[in-house]
Amino acid sequence: MTPRFKPVADCALLVEFATKESEAVNQTVIALDRALTDAAPKGMTEVTPALVNLLIDFDPVLTDHAELEAAVRSLLPVKPGTSRSAKTHVIDMCYEDEYAPDLDDVAKACGLTRAQVIETHMAAEFYVSMYGFAPGYAYQTGVPEVIQVPRKSGAVRDVPKGSVIIAGAQCIIMTLTMPAGWAVIGRSKVDIVRDDPDRPFLFDVGDKIRYRAISKAEFEA
Amino acid sequence: MSKARFRVTQVGPLVSIQDGGRFGYKRFGVNTCGAMDRAGFAAANHALGNPIGQTGVEISMGGLTLECLSGSLTYAIAGGGFIVEAGQEKIGSWTVRTIKAKQTLKVRAGPWGNWTYLAFAGDMQTKRWLGSASTHTASGFGGGQLKLGDEFEVKNVRVLPTPSASIPCPLFARPRSNINIVLGPQEQHFDPESIEDLQNSPFRLTSSYDRMGVRLAGPTLKLKDVLSIPSEPIMRGSIQVAGDGIPTVLLSDHQITGGYPKIATLVSSDIDSFTQIRPNQSVQFRSVTPEKAVELARLRARVSRR
Repeated sequence: MTPRFKPVADCALLVEFATKESEAVNQTVIALDRALTDAAPKGMTEVTPALVNLLIDFDPVLTDHAELEAAVRSLLPVKPGTSRSAKTHVIDMCYEDEYAPDLDDVAKACGLTRAQVIETHMAAEFYVSMYGFAPGYAYQTGVPEVIQVPRKSGAVRDVPKGSVIIAGAQCIIMTLTMPAGWAVIGRSKVDIVRDDPDRPFLFDVGDKIRYRAISKAEFEA
Repeated sequence: MSKARFRVTQVGPLVSIQDGGRFGYKRFGVNTCGAMDRAGFAAANHALGNPIGQTGVEISMGGLTLECLSGSLTYAIAGGGFIVEAGQEKIGSWTVRTIKAKQTLKVRAGPWGNWTYLAFAGDMQTKRWLGSASTHTASGFGGGQLKLGDEFEVKNVRVLPTPSASIPCPLFARPRSNINIVLGPQEQHFDPESIEDLQNSPFRLTSSYDRMGVRLAGPTLKLKDVLSIPSEPIMRGSIQVAGDGIPTVLLSDHQITGGYPKIATLVSSDIDSFTQIRPNQSVQFRSVTPEKAVELARLRARVSRR
């Protein structure tokens, strides 16, 4: 895949592999992110990987768009999934009662039973495609098509921290209580944001995630 | 080592603890945060001989009053044109003064600007997160916003040999009506007339203004067709246009990614000036090439080092 390079203001370069998202594109972004982090070109200050592109911040006193573009080109092509093995995380979540207020709506919209939605969600393997929106909001790609629902027409206020929410192919575990317009299908107690400088966030971009159901009694224990 | 203690006796909204910013965590959804006006913040610290990113307080137009409970130290206030009441004295921001126990320091909005910065000759003791005291206002992570009745300590305090002085206000810390931008990265989604409007028509800052960004009022910026782009990285200074055609300039506490196209991005050396433009005042954007933008950033860096 040959990317398009787009200068952004005086201090960033956007490297874009496609305009539509797909797993292949996202894995290429992740591979370039890792290659860049290892290569640490002169003047690069930070890399932000997203779904189809990544943004490289740089210090304009030390380098410029052209020099950084050349540095990126020297790393291409990148081979997805080769630079570092992704970790797999198994996350406990409760799909019951008040913790899953939108589960019935999802089941109805998909023509399935509640149990079938839960089974499908648990059988799926997700991978972290990017972080965004708020601290620790890991976008996990991999909601199976049969249980995909669009986002709601408006956001619901005060969706509790730990809520597991889905929209389209994406799933997120909320790290803060805040508004959300996605379907809430359960809740987890996992701490994604940790006050640990060595590993401040539980997941790395590219990591794999699976979910395991726990009962309400276990969740509340 | 000696220390000083302060109590907050009056505080407006959006008065928060900041430092030089939190770097390296955008990949986890955490942005740099830090001062809205980096030039004002740096000037306050520099005047005291501090590293320019040392922890201090960002004060909004809502103002701040502190009572010194114990100890004595020299402080600096820079950024915007605020009014400082130091004991019996009434002066402007861009000042160095010394405070001691039982005295109060009152900072309130003045003739110009949205933000001013209070730096201490000493180490302000605050909560930190991921190596930085900078407050992310939406989550509260970092040092946090100051609230009425809060108390804090400053350790290793110093009273400078020149306990009062004034600080020169650099050009790039003043509000300017002309702000340089670089088009893109998604200008291709806008109709050519809107690209013209962005550069030729004045826009007004609205009161929808917080640390995340400010909405502008002006010509509607039309997309060629309705589209939703995959969520992608945003930067401080991105001019994002939502489906309603209204542009928002994203600032220090911006979200890390978003799915609205960005018609242009402010040149980094002009963002500090932009943050001091008040709501209802207008701004004229001027498009420059990325190469010119790099030149402007380097020029500013050279001037700042003098």
